[in-house]
Amino acid sequence: MIPELGTYSTILALCLSLVLSVVPMIGAHTGNKLWVDYARPLAKGVFAFLTLAMLCLGYAFLTDDFSVVYVANGSNTALPWYYKISAIWGGHEGSLLLWVWIQAFWTLAVAIKSRNLPLDIIGRVLAVMGMITSAFLLFILFTSSPFDRFLPNFPMEGGDLNPLLQDFGLIVHPPALYMGYVGLSVAFSFAIAALLSGRLDAAWARWSRPWTNVAWAFLTLGIALGSWWAYYELGWGGWWFWDPVENASLMPWLVATALIHSLAVTEKRGVFKSWTVLLAISAFSLSLLGTFLVRSGVLTSVHAFATDPERGLFILGMLIFVIGGSLLLYAIRAGSVKSESSFALSSRETLLLINNILLTVSCAMVLIGTLYPLVMDSLNLGKISVGPPYFNALFVPLMALMCIFLGLASVSRWKQTPLRLFVQQLWLPGVLALVAAFVSHGLYNSAFEPWVLLGLFLAWWIVFCWLRDFSNRLRQRGVMSGLLRQSRSYYGMLLGHLGVAVLVVGVAMVVLFVEHHDARMGPGDEVQFRNYTFIFDGARHVEGPNYISDMGRIRVLKEGQPYRIMYPEKRVYTARGMVMTEVALDPGLFRDLYVAMGEELDNGAWAIRMQYKPFVRWLWLGALFMTAGGLLAASDPRYRKQAQRDAQAAMPAQASQSS
Amino acid sequence: MKWGSLLLLLMLAWPALAIESYDFSTADGERRYNQMVRELRCPTCQNQAISDSDAPLAADLRREVHRMIEEGYSDDYILEFMVNRYGDFVHYRPPFTSQTWILWFGPLVLLVLGALAVLRIARNRHITPVEVKAQQQELPSALSPQEQARLQALLKSAPQETQQETKS
Repeated sequence: MIPELGTYSTILALCLSLVLSVVPMIGAHTGNKLWVDYARPLAKGVFAFLTLAMLCLGYAFLTDDFSVVYVANGSNTALPWYYKISAIWGGHEGSLLLWVWIQAFWTLAVAIKSRNLPLDIIGRVLAVMGMITSAFLLFILFTSSPFDRFLPNFPMEGGDLNPLLQDFGLIVHPPALYMGYVGLSVAFSFAIAALLSGRLDAAWARWSRPWTNVAWAFLTLGIALGSWWAYYELGWGGWWFWDPVENASLMPWLVATALIHSLAVTEKRGVFKSWTVLLAISAFSLSLLGTFLVRSGVLTSVHAFATDPERGLFILGMLIFVIGGSLLLYAIRAGSVKSESSFALSSRETLLLINNILLTVSCAMVLIGTLYPLVMDSLNLGKISVGPPYFNALFVPLMALMCIFLGLASVSRWKQTPLRLFVQQLWLPGVLALVAAFVSHGLYNSAFEPWVLLGLFLAWWIVFCWLRDFSNRLRQRGVMSGLLRQSRSYYGMLLGHLGVAVLVVGVAMVVLFVEHHDARMGPGDEVQFRNYTFIFDGARHVEGPNYISDMGRIRVLKEGQPYRIMYPEKRVYTARGMVMTEVALDPGLFRDLYVAMGEELDNGAWAIRMQYKPFVRWLWLGALFMTAGGLLAASDPRYRKQAQRDAQAAMPAQASQSS
Repeated sequence: MKWGSLLLLLMLAWPALAIESYDFSTADGERRYNQMVRELRCPTCQNQAISDSDAPLAADLRREVHRMIEEGYSDDYILEFMVNRYGDFVHYRPPFTSQTWILWFGPLVLLVLGALAVLRIARNRHITPVEVKAQQQELPSALSPQEQARLQALLKSAPQETQQETKS
């Protein structure tokens, strides 16, 4: 009964969202206020029914209702209750339901939070979001319903959730990533609404900025969580693989990063308007492209797509409709946009333009690298592999350039910045960064690595340049009042840029100073490196709720003194017979110790992998800084004040009309 | 289970972990080995370097790489040997050929075009110092034509909005 209720409420949500995509749109077009007013209650209704559907699916999981195909494939009676809940988005059907539920959540948030927007804009924005919701709901109902049943003979025991996903990382990674992916649909909808209304002005950029910042922050967080999860769960200590699935999330991130910067220029200076719209369209289109790549199966093999094309074709159709439709609209409308101001070659505008060029070229590079093997294969030109050597060779120089310009941008001014100002302001940060890079490299490790030096230099360069700007701002009005006077947007920006520096340090250090030893270890054997001695004490059998495990015991000595004991595991999950490596970690701010167990060899000996990973935490720390920066900037009261001002400006007009 | 592993990151690879211990006669050999097993792709796995894969073929390839490094062959020779045996597919660094030039030089061309665009846009919008002065002297409250238009639009849509406010 409950699963049928889930299907029913999904269908009701579809009906409401179809109305939402049509009625307010027509209302906004014809100026019919009553029709536009339908948008808000409809958005609430869609969210309510999808929440009900999610609850129904959760109920099916918690009660082990294996008559539901999706539950039978992805759960098991032995699964702990919290994994039963996260198993809701452990598979294709459920993760789509989560996606559309989050889409409904964003729609609801826009409906509630945007009371002060002009009615025709809010009508169009919500209608466009309703269209996206409808498309995904149609996709779910026609090709991938999580509520389908096995009838009449359903299994007594479920197939279990993939052991890889039985983990805290899975509980949090997909919702965060989807919040980001789907949040980009808000920027997209605002862009489409602005195009439709023909009002591509600074106000449009101001309305969509906080939303885009929040979506970007979640996307950053989601990618970082995925990287962290892969690091400790997959067992070989990598944190980024340039796998197509990762690229699918990196591409929207790169364009969204360009977008939040371009929105700033559009809002403050009234330039790059049509470019910003194009970025908003691209960011969401790349989210959809990522969905297509992951869901259609083209990544596994171009031919897998041909044998089971139903789902892939649906998303492909949607992709063509969204990209084609919005670009057509863009072509018709964006040509008439005029810039509101001019700027010189040496100015903050130009630097932000360079930021946008570098980010979009990086995104194009990732796109080319991801799709090239697929295209070559489908044209029968042979099979090639595009992997880390290619991406690193092109991505790293682009990002290094980015870091240099990021430092320059700190003290730049709008409109025009004399070149001598850059020299006068930034020679000191440059020299300091060079000295600090040499000193920090020398203090850490005497083995000279030019690439580490470059990485450290870039990180220090960003830090010192932005400190320069910060101290300039404080000097103007004394330290205390200066600290208070800076806006939350400014602190958010500062924090985000600092996050880039932290991330760069992490990448440079962990890539070049990692130390890694695979060894055959019998009881009593020891391996020594970097001040640490690892002594293997043997392994024993352990039983978990739904797995059996061999747990090794490794004593670690630090400079000869007992430091700690680590317990890496090799687990076999009984329902699927899947073998999993459970690594033992000793995390630290400056280094992780990482121990994984391989195969059992003879005489109680095991193959053990021990790694020393310097500064690996800084990767995710940097991403957390960026996330916090994005959220802080979005919370700036100035957006709300501006909205109130818009409302107040509307008041007298109403008074004069009614009198 | 084509649709089984469905978390975005999950299509990464099969997680089984390969750990072996090879002895090397030189530290340089060990470094080259670690580099090379990360650049070679396991031909039978989904998307995995031979360093990470548990597949029997990947284990064979690791043994081959180890043997050839110990016998003193150069990196180029080993890579050529692997590519001859398994095709370009086995190497994560695609070759430079007439078919892959877009892959390698496309981003570079885009970057150059982007740089030209920056120069062009900035020159089209260029302002002389006199103009800067004139702009700076403009009153901050002066509205541009676009802002004027928006103000008019706001005033027009205002009654609807405030009614809506009082209702809700």
